[in-house]
Amino acid sequence: MSDQDKKGKLKQAKKEWQEKTAKLLEKRPERKNFRLDSDLELNRVYDPLDLEGFDYLEKLNWPGEYPFTRGIQPTMYRGRLWTMRQYAGFGSAEETNKRFRYLLDQGQTGLSVAFDLPTQIGYDSDHPLARGEVGKVGVAIDTLADMEILMENIPLDQVSTSMTINSPAAVLLAMYMAVAEKQGISMEKINGTIQNDILKEYVARGTYIFPPRESMRIIVDIFSYAVENIPTWNTISISGYHIREAGSTAVQEVAFTLSNAIAYVEAALKAGLEVDQFAPRLSFFFNSHSNFFEEVAKFRAARRIWAKLMKERFGTNNPRSQMLRFHTQTAGSTLTAQQPDVNIMRVAYQALSAVLGGTQSLHTNSRDEALALPSEHSVLLALRTQQVIGYEIGAVDTVDPLGGSYFIETITDHIEEEVMRYIERIDEMGGAVEAIEKGFIQKEIQASAYQYQKEVESEERVVVGVNKFQTSSEQPMDLLKMDPATSQRQVERIKEVRLSRDQGKVSEALQSLRNAAQSDDNLMPHILKAVKAYATLGEICGVLRDVFGEYQQQITL
Amino acid sequence: MVDQPVRVLVGKVGLDGHDRGAKVVAQALRDAGMEVIYTGLRQTPEQIVEAALQEDVQVIGLSILSGAHMQLLPPVVEMLRDQDSSDIIVIVGGIIPREDIAYLKENGVAEVFTPGSTTEEIVSFINKKIEQNQ
Repeated sequence: MSDQDKKGKLKQAKKEWQEKTAKLLEKRPERKNFRLDSDLELNRVYDPLDLEGFDYLEKLNWPGEYPFTRGIQPTMYRGRLWTMRQYAGFGSAEETNKRFRYLLDQGQTGLSVAFDLPTQIGYDSDHPLARGEVGKVGVAIDTLADMEILMENIPLDQVSTSMTINSPAAVLLAMYMAVAEKQGISMEKINGTIQNDILKEYVARGTYIFPPRESMRIIVDIFSYAVENIPTWNTISISGYHIREAGSTAVQEVAFTLSNAIAYVEAALKAGLEVDQFAPRLSFFFNSHSNFFEEVAKFRAARRIWAKLMKERFGTNNPRSQMLRFHTQTAGSTLTAQQPDVNIMRVAYQALSAVLGGTQSLHTNSRDEALALPSEHSVLLALRTQQVIGYEIGAVDTVDPLGGSYFIETITDHIEEEVMRYIERIDEMGGAVEAIEKGFIQKEIQASAYQYQKEVESEERVVVGVNKFQTSSEQPMDLLKMDPATSQRQVERIKEVRLSRDQGKVSEALQSLRNAAQSDDNLMPHILKAVKAYATLGEICGVLRDVFGEYQQQITL
Repeated sequence: MVDQPVRVLVGKVGLDGHDRGAKVVAQALRDAGMEVIYTGLRQTPEQIVEAALQEDVQVIGLSILSGAHMQLLPPVVEMLRDQDSSDIIVIVGGIIPREDIAYLKENGVAEVFTPGSTTEEIVSFINKKIEQNQ
């Protein structure tokens, strides 16, 4: 039979099936219309006709080959599982160091540091605005002395460390480098990531300090410094995670993340770097939300779009510059305070879609995070969830097992098209920085967040235990309790450090940082010098605040 | 007086940047016919009280997810009391553990809405409270 005949036969068979089904529907209608979160109405079923003209080599190719839709390595998890990396940090450096060592003992393969809010916004623990916040959502780090304790007895040449730090990323990176140096480890041997993604802070996460353009300068300084000095460090983790948490759709998550990425690439090129000098060190961070197949398709689409952008827009043929490597975290905003144990199931499915989507590292949320920071027991369950996926259920035994599915490929294409539409709109506005300054991205996210909430309240969207299947009595859980004395101890420690250091050295280092900030000098060596002299985070960020000014939030409502 | 819309200040106290909830609530209150002033991020208790008095609101809705609620919420209520403005209703949304909710409610916070609360619940709570106050 010729291909033409086969197709004719297929179309005929489909028509017959549709007619038969239509009759059935008269008697037994479907429950509702089915849509993706990204607003695509779904077909009842997908078939070969949906993929007519599908070019395997162009759209998928083999894993490890452009455009990397099926994964960035040829063997993926058959070679090595993803890095199991639980985000952790609370209280003091001592407490967090203990949690880190516990997680490493339990088979975790990488560290991920959560900093408290004063650290993330560049305030010392004794700053008036730090009131009530010290050690709460992460660990408080004021000086090199705290970082030394945080990483005590952890060999920095054997773990990779991810630090969720943005505006003051240069300072925390410098502290980490200084500790590694004290451990006698050469800078080529340290591995890790700083988040360092300021653009999403303005639209979704909120821990900005400086205005956008000055922030971009710091980021580019880090990129160029890393080329020469810390060649294996991931200098940025361009994050859709928080955009999604703020309420965006899957399409918006990818679109706004990649638009931000384009802005970083353009800023670095403008500063005179070559694309292949820094692009291989760009990494990404996505959310894994509840719509299982849509999320798998989202990860695959993101990889393909990025590869194409790097090749076609930025003209690189280096596969390392084209590969989108990403970390994933399950969706915190889907966790419920009601019947918290149900969150274990949510997290497991979300984690599985990240794995089927080819993630390089993964954080699974704990069941109690809609109530408090996670307890040690809850974190262990979350880590075990990853280990079950990795070792027990066979999901990793072949690469991209959903590839070629009529449905998955159709929605992967759909997401790619919709993302490109957004990227073009943002390009027309002059790029991500301008789109943020205009409030466009903020408004788009807000509209989706409001829509989502309305769907939950109208029960169009079911949240088990919240708007359906509620129980009247909730079992109380053992939640993590913070030690109220942590904050006081931290304040005492920073005072001691200020008294015991060589003040002349500190002043000199801060002055040279000020001069650098006022000129075009790369800031990194000056920050490193200040850190080593035990200047505090607040002092270093204070100098930069003086020179660069502070960002005033755009209120879009 | 009857037809005057309710005036609400929605504010983020503390340093956390999670404003999805605050903005969704602000929008829902607006859709329910209230007048909403949104402060944006990183407000101190002092700034909240000052804005509330200046804007002459009947309700303050505070959102906080950083865990600093025990340090930052009581001062708001105390300062309102010092300014003879205890009639301003203070409601709170965020991740607040059960035992802290009890303490806050004993100390002048009218209600605490935790994750999973609906905007409808918040709207009707405000309307009911305003009615009681009149």
